[in-house]
Amino acid sequence: MSYVLTCPNCGPREVTDFSFGGEVNPRPKSTPSVRELGAYNYFRDNVAGVQREWWFHRSGCGEWFLAERDTRNNHVLLTELPGGKA
Amino acid sequence: MTRLPPSDGERIDRDSDVTFTFDGKQVSGLEGDTIGSALFASGQRTFSRSFKYHRPRGLMCCAGQCPNCMVAVDGAPGVRACTEPLREGMKVEHMNASPSLNFDVMRATDLFGGPFTPPGFYYKTFIRPRRFWPLYEKILRHAAGLGKIARSQPEREWQTEYRRRHADVLVVGGGAAGLRAAIAAAELGADVVLCDEGPEPGGRLLAEGAHEHARELAERARAAGVEILTSAPALGAFDGLIPVWQGDTLHQIRAGRVVYATGAVEQPLLFPGNDLPGVMLSGGARRLAALYAVSPGSRAVVAAVCDRGLEAAIALMDAGVELAAVADLRNNGSTPPLNELMRRGVRPLRGATVVQATGRGRVRRVVLAPQGGEGDEVTVDCDLLVVSGGSAPATSLLLQGGARTGYNRQTGVFALEELPDGMYAAGEVAAKGALDVAERSGEIAGRQAAHSLGFGDADSHARVEAERKQLANGNGQPPAVAVPQPVAPGERKGKCFACFCEDVTAKDIHLSVEEGYDSIELSKRYTTTTMGPCQGRMCQLTAIRQMAKETGQSLEQIGTTTARPPWHAVPMGALAGRPFEAAKRSSIHGRHRELGANVMWAGDWRRAYDYGDPQAEALAVHEAAGVIDVSTLGKLIVRGSDAGDFLDRLYPNRFSNLKPERIRYGVIASDAGRIMDDGTICRLDDDTFYVTTTSSGAGTVYEWFTWWLADWQLDVQVTDVTQGLSAVNLAGPRAREILSSLTDLDCSAEGFTYLDGKRANVAGVPCLILRIGFVGEVGYEIHCPSAHGQHLWDALMEAGAEHGIKPFGLEPQRLLRLQKLHVIIGQDTDSESTPFGAAMPWIVKLDKEQDFIGKWAMEHASGEELETALVGIKLENGHVPTEGAVVLPDGDGPVGQVTSSRYSPQLGGVIGMAWVPASLAKDGSRVTISDEGKHFEAEVVTTPFYDPDGEVLRS
Repeated sequence: MSYVLTCPNCGPREVTDFSFGGEVNPRPKSTPSVRELGAYNYFRDNVAGVQREWWFHRSGCGEWFLAERDTRNNHVLLTELPGGKA
Repeated sequence: MTRLPPSDGERIDRDSDVTFTFDGKQVSGLEGDTIGSALFASGQRTFSRSFKYHRPRGLMCCAGQCPNCMVAVDGAPGVRACTEPLREGMKVEHMNASPSLNFDVMRATDLFGGPFTPPGFYYKTFIRPRRFWPLYEKILRHAAGLGKIARSQPEREWQTEYRRRHADVLVVGGGAAGLRAAIAAAELGADVVLCDEGPEPGGRLLAEGAHEHARELAERARAAGVEILTSAPALGAFDGLIPVWQGDTLHQIRAGRVVYATGAVEQPLLFPGNDLPGVMLSGGARRLAALYAVSPGSRAVVAAVCDRGLEAAIALMDAGVELAAVADLRNNGSTPPLNELMRRGVRPLRGATVVQATGRGRVRRVVLAPQGGEGDEVTVDCDLLVVSGGSAPATSLLLQGGARTGYNRQTGVFALEELPDGMYAAGEVAAKGALDVAERSGEIAGRQAAHSLGFGDADSHARVEAERKQLANGNGQPPAVAVPQPVAPGERKGKCFACFCEDVTAKDIHLSVEEGYDSIELSKRYTTTTMGPCQGRMCQLTAIRQMAKETGQSLEQIGTTTARPPWHAVPMGALAGRPFEAAKRSSIHGRHRELGANVMWAGDWRRAYDYGDPQAEALAVHEAAGVIDVSTLGKLIVRGSDAGDFLDRLYPNRFSNLKPERIRYGVIASDAGRIMDDGTICRLDDDTFYVTTTSSGAGTVYEWFTWWLADWQLDVQVTDVTQGLSAVNLAGPRAREILSSLTDLDCSAEGFTYLDGKRANVAGVPCLILRIGFVGEVGYEIHCPSAHGQHLWDALMEAGAEHGIKPFGLEPQRLLRLQKLHVIIGQDTDSESTPFGAAMPWIVKLDKEQDFIGKWAMEHASGEELETALVGIKLENGHVPTEGAVVLPDGDGPVGQVTSSRYSPQLGGVIGMAWVPASLAKDGSRVTISDEGKHFEAEVVTTPFYDPDGEVLRS
């Protein structure tokens, strides 16, 4: 596995510069049922296709950002800072 | 042996001798030689013994492609002598022959074992009786393999530099086509890297009379800004990443476009005796003569299938080699080298090829005959047989990158048919072999690669179009080639080697098909053809041709096997060598060394385990004072108007109501309610908190904090100051006096109470002093800028000298904390532990109005019965149980485990922590611990062993 991610701050870097934060898994807005809590904590979609996910530029600027990546071929379609920051 | 007269293209320096040893014997070569050329010049003809039959083998390709010249250099096996540059004093030894290279007893397998060593011999023979396999295995292990690796080779420990290079265009192969492509792309403005396995770029130009031209091209490429990597083979193509090995550096090259100009691999011919020393590929013979001024032989026979072999014949004549006979497999036609040979009075035998070579230990006699057997044989004495069986495009890397090949009947090889986007091919690999054509194809490929990245103008595009048309209009015709036919095994005496690496003969392929291994992939696995060090360079095409003959299929139907990385031999060390990894050391580390500390790894850190006597160090903390370097603690500054709110959301307890200059302990949990880390938090002012984490958790906590921050978008800044600040913990009954002597701060019990955090100068250094209960005695954790860490340490040691201060390490710290039942995250807890199980229910404030991470899971957990709980244990008989020992309450299956255990000299007994069934988690319960096959009784304790009410701590 080896590909390039574009950090919104630093530009394109090898994927090994980053920590993977997993697929985007929003925290429930209000108290979840036990079942909902279990799903939130332990279940992931694990799609074969485009996935929205978190990345952390560990060996760089230390920024968390979001990426859209095709899990089948590791093509990264988009990276952006969360909250619509440029 | 004398060298040939000087010529312009030679690589050797005749004025500098280089001395080395071969099997203990001193040999002399010249600067610029390879091991192979120097040994050949000294008269050596046998370079190795073959894998299975231990047949003598000599130089064949002189290009690092065939397996024939592999030797061990300075203890490292598997080095190709023909390309390894000669160094003064290097120790070269043969491999796979015993007792010596010239007399190898295992040769018996060749002389007598032929019929008994067919493919699958081991599996067929050594399977019965089955119980003898361990014995067989020992013997076979010894017989298998080529080289020997020393058990320990400290001098060969690799430190590999991994270099990442992003480029617009990568050109693989630095021959005429590759250089042209690199120049074209670079001159259009692209950032170009070119890698070549040879010590200088130029490829075939160098040994084939065009070295001046090669140097001009290389010069032009450098001037255009091309980064040229020499002695740097590309190893494979992975997801757009191409690793290129160059000495101690592994370049990980990522390029927008890749131009492959990998050339072609000259093929051997198949006939009995085709592996004898003295049988050489035409390229090998020419390289020996042109680059190293070594005559490959004195009387030569040349067997060719195209002009390449005839050109070699002319070059050998020019070098003074007598040409005894030339066989040209082509029946008719007239080409410039053919005419040149005729002009020189040599009449090649048309339609003929070599059908047998014989000689003891080296080639002495060659039989030439018309292909197919019709016509007269000619027997010729010689000491050199030059074979040129055509050129197979070196497509492996392209195939790994997604290209497709197909069989071309005209040229008799598998040629490129389809290239994926972003990949270009030029020169011989793309069937553009002739020099002018190769250069033009390189020019086109380089320009196209650059164009596709947006470089170049309309003129450049137009030029490419014109060139392409011109090349397509007949100029790019492949040279006339005759396709050698497969042999019929047994027709003539002697073994025909299809695969030199693994000693697979034409007959073995015949047998494997007879036994049912009739697809090329099955045959490959059964006979191991193409699986040796040459990676199919010398054998793949031959094997496919033989398979086609044996199965009656066409070559198209047979197809090729999959080419896998690495394409070029590479030491494991270059791939797996230890990277240059930084060890972290605190700013005080030098002092620990001077004090005789036993230093150990703790995560990335080098830390003092103890200073020789951990128990005495722990006692000093109780009796006088101790000081420990805790600079490794993670340290974060959390600042902003939302900082209190942010921490309230992250921790199960409250921080927004913490008063400035006060400290509170905190545990971080996940949303599943599991403990992740712990530490202390000091509020510095309304907007600023100073957060410490465990040493190993520093990075994780920083990521955790910033991740939630990225999601919540609060007005908070998190700054990791772990490396910027040093910290020491001063503890013990005399700690207060020692600290007071170094600061103006009121350190009295009333002025500086437990869990106060104050900023003050200590020994002139600005510090943050946290009064916390780290080790159970009155203690101060003093944080200061790293640059002053050593000064602070020295000042404390000096001021504490009269009070009996002692430094203490990690081990006594473990003991001191265990006495206080302080839970060590990751040691006493695991990824399933909750604050309830880990005896910290008080840390969870479920009544907190603020939602926090882990709240929902903890709400559920708080209402459920615990299964196991973390408690203290006391053992009476003095046995210190292993950490990890099993807890057995009533003899049935394990229900828990010991996580920490120590002998405490202060308490005069053995103490520990263990997970036990929740029903037993009360003072006075008895549990049984099973350790090292014995059972031990232990008593459960739920309050700290030392100072249970914290009176000492708070005093």
